[in-house]
Amino acid sequence: MVHKKALLLDVSMCIGCNSCQAGCKVENQLDPKVESFLSLTAFTALDEYNGKFVRRLCQHCEVPTCVSVCPVAALTKSEAGPVVYDAQKCIGCRYCLQACPFRVPRYEWHSTHPRIQKCTFCASRQARGLQTACAEACPTGATKFGDRDALLLEATERMRKEPGRYVDRIYGQEDVGGTSMLYLSPVPFEQVGFDTRLGQTPMPLLTHRAMDKIPSVVSVGSVLLAGIWWITNRRGEVRRQEGPGDPPPGPGSPTGASKEQP
Amino acid sequence: MKALALPRLTPWRVIAGLLIAAGTGSAIARFTLGLGATTHLTDQFPWGLWIGFDFLGIGLAAAGFTIVAAVHLFHATDYEPIVRPAILTAFIGYLLVVLVLVIDLGRPEHFWHPLVMWNPHSVMFEITWCVILYSTVLSLEFAPIVLEKFHLHAPIKWIHTFSLPFMILGVLLSTLHQSSFGSLYLIVPNRLHPLWYSPLLPVLFFVSCIASGLAMVILETLILSRNGRTLLSTELRADLGKIIAVVLAIYLVVRFQDMAARGVLGQLRTFTYHSLAFDGEILAGFVLPLILLLVPGVRRSRRGLYPVTILVLAGFAANRLNTAITGMEVWPTRTYFPSLMEVLIVLGIAAIGCSAFAVIARVLPIFEPVPAPEGTPDESF
Repeated sequence: MVHKKALLLDVSMCIGCNSCQAGCKVENQLDPKVESFLSLTAFTALDEYNGKFVRRLCQHCEVPTCVSVCPVAALTKSEAGPVVYDAQKCIGCRYCLQACPFRVPRYEWHSTHPRIQKCTFCASRQARGLQTACAEACPTGATKFGDRDALLLEATERMRKEPGRYVDRIYGQEDVGGTSMLYLSPVPFEQVGFDTRLGQTPMPLLTHRAMDKIPSVVSVGSVLLAGIWWITNRRGEVRRQEGPGDPPPGPGSPTGASKEQP
Repeated sequence: MKALALPRLTPWRVIAGLLIAAGTGSAIARFTLGLGATTHLTDQFPWGLWIGFDFLGIGLAAAGFTIVAAVHLFHATDYEPIVRPAILTAFIGYLLVVLVLVIDLGRPEHFWHPLVMWNPHSVMFEITWCVILYSTVLSLEFAPIVLEKFHLHAPIKWIHTFSLPFMILGVLLSTLHQSSFGSLYLIVPNRLHPLWYSPLLPVLFFVSCIASGLAMVILETLILSRNGRTLLSTELRADLGKIIAVVLAIYLVVRFQDMAARGVLGQLRTFTYHSLAFDGEILAGFVLPLILLLVPGVRRSRRGLYPVTILVLAGFAANRLNTAITGMEVWPTRTYFPSLMEVLIVLGIAAIGCSAFAVIARVLPIFEPVPAPEGTPDESF
């Protein structure tokens, strides 16, 4: 049994030092310049709202939208948590960019062999039993790596210990069916740039509900169409038998052929 | 062959030639410089005009499955003369869409991946398969026309044996992926404006494609009937117009009923970027042609049907482009306007389509002679 991993991101503890981004850039060998938005060379970035800092990065959803929309399964959700991308499979349809509820993936638009880029949740480090580079780099404990269940307990514990320090919500616990990024915030989440209207239903279910109907459309549809063919065909046969040689009169007959314009 | 004689230069041919040349040049630029340098697509707006064009191409190609269903499955044999033009329209439409998709894909050399790398949960995966399978069905429906030209009657008989299951399959595949284009947007309720987002998107896309497909058929018969040739009688064209009116009415009822149920009708009371786009689409493209089509005189005259079918097609185009582009914009912070090269590629490909239709219609037996009134019942495919 693999324990699902997560990050606990405590907005009240973040001092905005950007060490997470620096550590991430070292780990992923990216251009070390400081960046304030997600980009091809920044898989994590800090948003500032009146002195509060919020980390933006791939949320590694429990039921990821990107994984569900990818036509070639280039994106997969691994058991331990990371949403992993395989550029060898990717056809470049960009449905993941279009559908991600957190607008995370970045595309190599400049390239003639473009890939998407996003946080990997340090899948390779995790495989070696290490924590993520950002959690290791964080000097205050605002980013903490661990088992998802344990971190949820810890978050609840922090809220219980210091009532009033946090709003009563762990963002990512249930949102879009739960994510691997669990946020605690001292102010309402919508004030620090979160979309709080996404709901608890995983986005892929919206599509599944429609696609579940496909087998019925095919089975009912084929029987229906074959039936209509048979009935209309039979009607023609009967008409031919009953009135040989005569053009079909009667109210139900087509009107066009005999009134053809010259 | 016809091509040996130097074609006469007409204004349309010159325009088509220029558009195809400009489109080809832009396509070469897109493949050598990449998407970033040639389009206005961004991380915030990853799908643009080209996806919109795919919607249009597939929607107009709905002419194919609606007429095949009417004539070969429902035995409305009076419409036999337009089966071949409709199949040709569909065939060209699908090939153009595939062409645009290949240009749009970031890694076009991987286009075959969905055949072997499966994700049945993805609407895009389903669409890919439907397009591939339906293109195969269309080529089987089209093959007899080519074979006839070369007097190869044995294979025609062979294809004819299988034609019924194939035609049913074709109608089903069309139903599925016409609606699936709407399903593509089911997963973005947070991004697509509520005037266009609806859980009923697949249903709405399917219903509206029937109207656009039939409008395309009427328009084609009007254009192609010019030189002393009559493809459909006034009566039959008027009947098609009546069917379009019914479809438009059903569409409007479903759309507004759904909007009322979701409580978004109130958004139409104020004039915003999005409500204006919605008003234009619905009033000019759905309500106006519906009213006009209820007038018998309009349905029965060429001068009436020309503008009405163009309105229906424009309304359809507006709906698809509003879903793909306007509805995904956030005015005024996140907007998209296609680059010149995106537009040129679309125009070039549309010109290729029109030229292909004109050339094929000349070379292959697309227009059978209108059956004589006393003719024997002919069920030829």
